[in-house]
Amino acid sequence: MAAIFVYITHKNGTADDSAFELAAAAKALDAAAAPCAIVLGGTADVGQVAGQVAPYFSEVITIANDALQYPNAEVYRKALATILPAKSLLLLTHNSFSMDLAPGLSVKLDAAFASDVVGFEGIEGDTLKLVRQEHGGAVSSRSACGLANGAIISVRAGAFKPAEAGSQGAVVDKSTEVSDFSSKRSFVEVIAAEVGDIDITKSEILVAVGRGIEEEDNLAMVHELAAAMGADVACSRPVVDAKWLEKSRQVGTSGQTVSPKVYLALGISGSFQHMGGIKGSPFIVAVNKNKTAPIFQSADIGVVADILDFIPVLTEKINAGK
Amino acid sequence: MNILVCVKRVPDSSENEIRLNRAGNDIDTDDLVYAVNEWDNYAVEEAIQIVDKVGGSVTVVSVGTEENEEILRREMAMGAESGVLLSDPLFEDADGRKLAAILSAYIDKNKFDLVLCGAQADEGGAQVGGMLAAMQDKPFASLVNMIEVLDEKKLKIGREIEGGSQEISEIELPCVLSIQTGINEPRYVSIRGIRKVASVEIPTLGASDIGFTDTPLRLQKLEYFQPELGAGAEMLEGSDEEMADKLVALLQAKGGIK
Ligand SMILES: Cc1cc2nc3c(=O)[nH]c(=O)nc-3n(C[C@H](O)[C@H](O)[C@H](O)COP(=O)(O)OP(=O)(O)OC[C@H]3O[C@@H](n4cnc5c(N)ncnc54)[C@H](O)[C@@H]3O)c2cc1C
Ligand SMILES: Nc1ncnc2c1ncn2[C@@H]1O[C@H](COP(=O)(O)O)[C@@H](O)[C@H]1O
Repeated sequence: MAAIFVYITHKNGTADDSAFELAAAAKALDAAAAPCAIVLGGTADVGQVAGQVAPYFSEVITIANDALQYPNAEVYRKALATILPAKSLLLLTHNSFSMDLAPGLSVKLDAAFASDVVGFEGIEGDTLKLVRQEHGGAVSSRSACGLANGAIISVRAGAFKPAEAGSQGAVVDKSTEVSDFSSKRSFVEVIAAEVGDIDITKSEILVAVGRGIEEEDNLAMVHELAAAMGADVACSRPVVDAKWLEKSRQVGTSGQTVSPKVYLALGISGSFQHMGGIKGSPFIVAVNKNKTAPIFQSADIGVVADILDFIPVLTEKINAGK
Repeated sequence: MNILVCVKRVPDSSENEIRLNRAGNDIDTDDLVYAVNEWDNYAVEEAIQIVDKVGGSVTVVSVGTEENEEILRREMAMGAESGVLLSDPLFEDADGRKLAAILSAYIDKNKFDLVLCGAQADEGGAQVGGMLAAMQDKPFASLVNMIEVLDEKKLKIGREIEGGSQEISEIELPCVLSIQTGINEPRYVSIRGIRKVASVEIPTLGASDIGFTDTPLRLQKLEYFQPELGAGAEMLEGSDEEMADKLVALLQAKGGIK
């Protein structure tokens, strides 16, 4: 079995929670594995992050250079291709950085690639069986990933429970092994997300609307329902892409992370990018015309209905009860 | 600027419930309606807008069967100048790596300043663009939600990162970018527009035309199955009226009505 490496995402000197999930994922992949963490970054951050993750790994490789201060995948890819031994297995969290880095890295290392993996089902010879979700979570698939030449695997956040701390792994500085920081893509700046007229992260009751609302004009009934409930209106991404609601109302990994008491999802399928923005286990009610919509897997209450018919009925009942 | 946009034909999730077949091991394709991958539509719109500003041409390419001609024509009706179909029995059941290799072989025979892909497609791979860039040894950026042409050699781009923040970079041409939804508002395509391009010839190129040699698959799909993610919701029963009554009571109990 090839060595397993785990790429550590970190920000402002703190390792992302996904680091501990990946430590568990590595064990799920191969119970006998002694996974090794890799921390790349600027000189001010790397030591601190390595210290945080060391109790979860048998070894932590660090590469510190101020040219790595901002995670530019074009630079990081070269560094990783330099230090990873042939045929290694590398686990990362599936996020905007892995989407930037990992597919190209698999080509450079001539390794297999699997993205957004949610489960491992064992290794036989040179083949790893893994589970992914497709079509926005409507179906799962089982695939055979060839490990003969190594593999790069990105893992969905939340798919594995974080590992417990164990004995302290050794930190090995390999900074001097990387010297090429050149890149045809240069980082300029990060522009923070716009702040809108309302802060849905503070809302106790959210009425969230998705592509199922079909037309902009139909949003009026959603606002009426929200008003009746005393709720704020949030939405899934397609509603923002269509410019029907402001970006600040989007719930999900590329939007806001909300933690209301009650979340009423209308015409939302329940993709992991949307559900990833709902925290603190609210009471989730989903209304969808498709009884097999993935959102019914994570909702508390499900209603199979056409929202265009159901919303006015619900609004009327609420107003009548007041 | 000569721009290539890679487009995939996928089941239209707004028109279809994606379900398993009777045997429960594969997707039931009997009544599926297909469309162009949502992300690719944004990529084509962006390419057209760039060419409108700085000149050049937009080519759309798809790997698949002759059924893919329909989506190529749709994107040509939007304003792409030409379409190319890459089709060969050798291309069937390709994984992401092989698809990228097929597209890369085509690009080797043609000169493009910019190659655009969608950030991801129906299978959630989010991989073809990044692999293609590595094979071409060109710079890459994913999840691009802003493109500004600085000069003939350089673009200013924005990438969407977590929480909706935007990472701004400069990238040298030629390059490969994968496009995120919301970067623009893809134009509407009328039936008339599609009719106009109905008779435009779409060349079909096979493995030998583009000099593609087969490679073994690294990721092989074995089967599909129904996910079981949690306990599942308690489903309300009855008419809309009856379900609404039950829901009002539940919402009241949980503090969902102020
Ligand atoms: C990098 C990245 C980041 C992303 N970030 C986010 C994010 O932050 N937030 C987010 O939401 N998405 C995000 N997405 C997009 C995500 O993958 C999904 O495409 C999106 O969440 C789907 O939104 P939806 O559920 O509204 O639409 P769909 O998936 O199209 O679902 C619409 C649902 O409505 C139902 N429906 C249709 N008509 C009716 C009707 N009349 N009555 C009742 N039900 C109806 C359908 O059955 C379907 O289930 C991201 C994607 C990527 C690649
Ligand atoms: N069969 C195909 N033909 C042309 N382009 C494709 C094909 N499959 C994937 N792509 C491109 O790769 C992008 C990402 O797809 P994926 O990596 O499969 O998630 C798509 O949005 C397309 O731009």
